[in-house]
Amino acid sequence: MDATRRHTTRHSTRRTFRRVFLTLAATLTATLAIGTRADPLHAQADSARADTSRARRDTLGVQGSIYNRPFIAGAGRTSIGGYAEGNTNYFVEDGISDGFSMELRRFNIFLYSAVGPRLRFISELEFEHGTEEIALETALIDFQLDPAFVLRAGILLPPIGAFNQNHDSPRWDFVDRPLVSTRIIPSTLSEVGFGAYGRVALRAGGSFTYDAYLTNGLGDGVILNGEGRTLLAAGKRQEQFAEDNNGVPAFSARVALQRRGLGEVGLSHYRATYNSFRVDGVEVDARRALSISAFDLSTSLGPVSLRGEAALVRLDMPPALSELFGHRQWGAHVDAMTPVWRPRLFGLRDAVVSVGLRTEYVDYNVGTFTSTGRPIRDDVLAVVPGVTYRPVPGTVFKVNYRRHWTRDLLGNPAARLGGYQVGMATYF
Amino acid sequence: MLLLACGEPFLPGAIDPTTTLDGPIDGLSATQVATHARGDAEFARRFAAIDGLGPTFVATSCESCHVGDGKGHPLFDITRFGRYAEGLFDRMPAHGGPQLQNRAILGYAAEQLPAGATAIARFTAPAVTGLGYLEALDDATILANADPTDANGDGISGRPSMVDSTDLVIDVISVSDLAAGAEQTRHRPTGGQYVGRFGKKARTINLLHQTVFAYSEDMGITSEHVPQDLYSPHVGSQGGDGVADPEVSAAVVDAVVFYLRTLRPPPRRNAGDAAVQEGEALFTQIGCSACHIPTLRAGRSDIPQISGALFSPYTDLLLHDMGSELDDGYTEGDAAPSEWRTAPLWGIGLVERAQGGGAHYLHDGRATSLPDAIRFHGGEGASSRAAFTALDAAKQARLLAFLRSL
Repeated sequence: MDATRRHTTRHSTRRTFRRVFLTLAATLTATLAIGTRADPLHAQADSARADTSRARRDTLGVQGSIYNRPFIAGAGRTSIGGYAEGNTNYFVEDGISDGFSMELRRFNIFLYSAVGPRLRFISELEFEHGTEEIALETALIDFQLDPAFVLRAGILLPPIGAFNQNHDSPRWDFVDRPLVSTRIIPSTLSEVGFGAYGRVALRAGGSFTYDAYLTNGLGDGVILNGEGRTLLAAGKRQEQFAEDNNGVPAFSARVALQRRGLGEVGLSHYRATYNSFRVDGVEVDARRALSISAFDLSTSLGPVSLRGEAALVRLDMPPALSELFGHRQWGAHVDAMTPVWRPRLFGLRDAVVSVGLRTEYVDYNVGTFTSTGRPIRDDVLAVVPGVTYRPVPGTVFKVNYRRHWTRDLLGNPAARLGGYQVGMATYF
Repeated sequence: MLLLACGEPFLPGAIDPTTTLDGPIDGLSATQVATHARGDAEFARRFAAIDGLGPTFVATSCESCHVGDGKGHPLFDITRFGRYAEGLFDRMPAHGGPQLQNRAILGYAAEQLPAGATAIARFTAPAVTGLGYLEALDDATILANADPTDANGDGISGRPSMVDSTDLVIDVISVSDLAAGAEQTRHRPTGGQYVGRFGKKARTINLLHQTVFAYSEDMGITSEHVPQDLYSPHVGSQGGDGVADPEVSAAVVDAVVFYLRTLRPPPRRNAGDAAVQEGEALFTQIGCSACHIPTLRAGRSDIPQISGALFSPYTDLLLHDMGSELDDGYTEGDAAPSEWRTAPLWGIGLVERAQGGGAHYLHDGRATSLPDAIRFHGGEGASSRAAFTALDAAKQARLLAFLRSL
């Protein structure tokens, strides 16, 4: 076959495909148009679409994270979507390595439904490491009386820092989640409860948002857990979705300011009673409270986007367990990213390559040994340079080098860990 | 770039093995290495309340007290107490004695020192490296160094700690003893008594004995050997942690015992230095080696590397009277309050790497430097102490250099 004939045949094939496609599209459009007129459910779907758009418009920044997901775009009454993330690991600690491994970290399914005017339902089912851990991370209903006042109830994400509400992996440029967000703030923290949130436009420009909830709170495992240290993440328990362990609700709240061009700054606080101090109505132990105070920031300096959060935890600790378990801990991270190349390859017009650096530190136990007068350690310093490639905004490929210096409780010479991770995360 | 500037490789290299205590004996088989690793994981395991920790305890893991397999930190010191009543030592079991479990799970009362306790001692956890070699010493080897009446007139009168079989509580015949040979040469009773070798007063006879007691007394973890939880006298019995017993299986205990048996002896550093060698000669010359015997030979063992091996623990595992300087008033078994088992000195040069940069020597960490530790030697150690003090500064430095090389 000569070149001219090949060219003619390709053109002919394209024309055929184009005709078939246009016919199918016209048929589908006509069917949908007829169905919309004939079926009241379609009218409801139109209303729901409008409500979805309103949901995305009425929430901003961190607060709006759960609605600002690509799958919700074009939703009918109910839509489904999610994200998946996986990565490779190769780490060496002080010359010792377990070799190369791969993990499918998460496969999360979202289900969204605009159940009626001003009423929205959204849920997220999380599969971690395949089916190793399956958790209902979110299942809540929002009743919007006004953009400034929305009632929320169900399994929700308490607003502690920014990451807990805004943790979808495709949004982040590093393979691992920030240490402060998972080891100090116990993200992802889902709790059952209710409360309200809202957004208020400011005369001076920008917006003010607030969130405030009552939830069941964390449980006893905050201390005396398998990590041998104070770890709020170990206080999460599925049973808390059914019943509080002590009958004292936790309170969480976040206020934030957003301004176009400047970004978002948030302050948040969480307070809970963590121990089971009451059995059958009888108090068997002192009430022990914990609190998390957090600050989060998302902004830009020229071409460099910056985001991070810092958190301080305080606990009421039985005196006999002090020093062994920290009654104060804190941590912080800063992610700096900047785009370096916008390759227009393979028809991907929004593709971008970025480079960045995460710097993070957590101190699990702030204090001094009474026996020696030396500082209590148990801390981790980490730096993570990385490169990302986003072929489309909702999909990211990540390459990280991770370096940790980990000191034990006593402050012995730090264990050094270094390694490489290659990962991907995508909405679907 | 920062790493390169600091001269650090991107993938951290191995730590110089002569600066750490942990690691298995060289030459173990693949199966032995795997068992050692399993025991290592159990040794490091931090028990949670839901795993059975407590209800009263001192530490949440073996590794808490023996960080990096080294000597412990004062945070995890254990307190033992008792009183003298009608000329006899009362371990005060009705008051939670002899060991104070000073921590407790939530909602449970930690123990307090009872008002009547008049003899109180703090013990800092020892290093655990090389224990397999000490366990493999035949009873006869230990007894051969004893001289309870100071028959040779050297001022040293070490004697073995004899443990009544009624004090053992558990069946301490370990599989390893049986595997070592048909004719048992250690950990067997003579006249109803065993030769003790582990612990500050040498009250435990082998690593199985030591391990199950540590699980029970230090962590409140029940095993098939000690299946009942401790309880606080403030609470009363049968008010435990609510976790089904035993909380660890015999397989777990065996793995930990195997791990301890197969930890390598502490490595030497700078052993060839002239100053170190001169210090070693001084160590013998001033009489330290009379109790801190440099070299012993292991008996038969089912681990070939240990069987019949010559090793250098710098101990005789005997009880010695250390005088009023180290008399806490507290005692165990037939040891007098001032009598202590000779502490092995191997690994003493690496103490600071496990104690957070500080140093806490002697049975309760009271000495913060090696000269301090020497100064606390009274009783049978007094003449060596005097001899050390009489050395000029240069010679003292060489002797200390030798100790730091261990």
